[in-house]
Amino acid sequence: MNEFNNIKKIIIKKPLKLDCGVTIVDYPLAYETYGKLNQDKDNAIMVFHALTGDQYASGKNPVTNKDGWWSYVIGPNKALDTNKYFIICANVIGGCMGSYGPSSIDKKSGKKIGINFPVITINDMVNAQFNLLDHFNIDKLFCVTGGSMGGMQVLQFIANYPDKSKIAIPIACSASHSAQNIAFNELGRQAIMADENWKNGNYELENKSPAKGLSVARMAAHITYLSKKGLQEKFGRKLQERDKIKFGFDADFQIESYLRYQGSIFVDRFDANSYLYITRAMDYFDLSKNSTGDLSKVFKNTKTKFFIISFTSDWLYPTAENREIVIALNAINADVGFLEVKSDKGHDSFLLDVPDFLNALKNFVDNSYKK
Amino acid sequence: MKEEFKIIADSIEREKSILDVGCGDGELMKFIYENISKKIRGLEISKDNVQKCIQKGLTVIEGNAEMDLQQFPSNSFDYVILSQTLQAFLNPEKVISDLLRIGKTSIVTIPNFGFWKVRFNLLFKGTMPVTKTLPNEWYNTPNLHMCSIKDFVNFCNDRKINLFKSLALTNNKVSSINKFNLNFKNLTSELGIFLIEK
Repeated sequence: MNEFNNIKKIIIKKPLKLDCGVTIVDYPLAYETYGKLNQDKDNAIMVFHALTGDQYASGKNPVTNKDGWWSYVIGPNKALDTNKYFIICANVIGGCMGSYGPSSIDKKSGKKIGINFPVITINDMVNAQFNLLDHFNIDKLFCVTGGSMGGMQVLQFIANYPDKSKIAIPIACSASHSAQNIAFNELGRQAIMADENWKNGNYELENKSPAKGLSVARMAAHITYLSKKGLQEKFGRKLQERDKIKFGFDADFQIESYLRYQGSIFVDRFDANSYLYITRAMDYFDLSKNSTGDLSKVFKNTKTKFFIISFTSDWLYPTAENREIVIALNAINADVGFLEVKSDKGHDSFLLDVPDFLNALKNFVDNSYKK
Repeated sequence: MKEEFKIIADSIEREKSILDVGCGDGELMKFIYENISKKIRGLEISKDNVQKCIQKGLTVIEGNAEMDLQQFPSNSFDYVILSQTLQAFLNPEKVISDLLRIGKTSIVTIPNFGFWKVRFNLLFKGTMPVTKTLPNEWYNTPNLHMCSIKDFVNFCNDRKINLFKSLALTNNKVSSINKFNLNFKNLTSELGIFLIEK
């Protein structure tokens, strides 16, 4: 796994009682920032990452040496303009890029925590990241935003802290993880746990890695991030470096080769146990469960201005699920806007160069900042 | 700005809450936002128009009035605006009842199918009318349920809807409609503008 020498981190002294009952204290939270905090401290945007993201939302990720996961969105003159705004992004707890997670070292045993890490929730992730406001001495954020699991964190943030952000932009997400999404996550977890090198989660102790299982998990998940049309147009039935099928189980088709590649590069940067814990947190996400299914009640105290964005070809977090959030906010007469962006790029649209999405995001953010 | 929008805007009191149903590119919303009330939101079916509204800094929900009005709570807005859209709905009756439920006052404008040019088209040319307010041909019109000013007045009367202000618009000239001049206005007006309440 990765070394974390140059990663920005705060150690959070304030105890955090997790939903599972365990209290954590003195735990690290890794973060990155882009742009400058202004004197009034009214230009801060907190960006939440998705399942396999990290704090390196823009620029070069120093660990993977790849572009940050939201490079299309964050940067000078981009939708989240770093000339104007101060952008904070943290690695979620449970993650594997420096924040407290299963690959952290247990202080008592001196070994990696592994499967002894407590089960965390989206609520726990958000509460941990809230400490960054204190760290930067920011009373109120200008904006919270993120896609997919990042969008769930946006919703949770406003539910927990209704007056701590002026605007909120949840993208391609849901207020309640669907059976289908739990099913896909379970498929991924089973793939990891079925790998004999997983060793009941203690693979680190035995210097093994459930790379095959994690890679299959990533392959399955990757399909859900794309659309049928997108796949068909990009790959169709094209063959991989061959003229005809070979009557075997080698990667005959380009799509097979592509998925195998996606799986193989993923295992280099992601911890299998983190994958288990974070997918579990997503599955447990059901924002209205404490208000007997009434999502409106969750947001009843907020003055935050919402803008919800979905994508036409996203079948993982479809428009209907995003619209549920709009309906709940409308029912309490909250300030809410909504746009379904046309795109063939599936759930991944929020990470890609989709001009209609980027323009709408920029216009909304810039106009809201002016007012 | 269109004369119609000026009349609508003039009918709205300052700092009241407004929902513009079928707000288009947000021209009317923007005027109201800048001059009358910041508490304005829109509902719009076209993605391009939603983008234009966002560009103007307006709060808009992409949606279809026939499906999405039901999610708005009762009496949640002081005014609901429906500008020249009623005739395009599958079920205008349902939409009107939603407007009355959501808004304390609803402002509804309709292109008048009783206008003499429309009648002339059908009577003498024998073709479906194409006019300034009805610019489409029969095969590509979004309009499903055309009505005349008189039809709309009768509709409100039949349902005991309080029609407390009726205006007619022709060549940018505004006039009042009352029960004595209804037949005349129904013949001479391009557009009807109505303020209704439950």
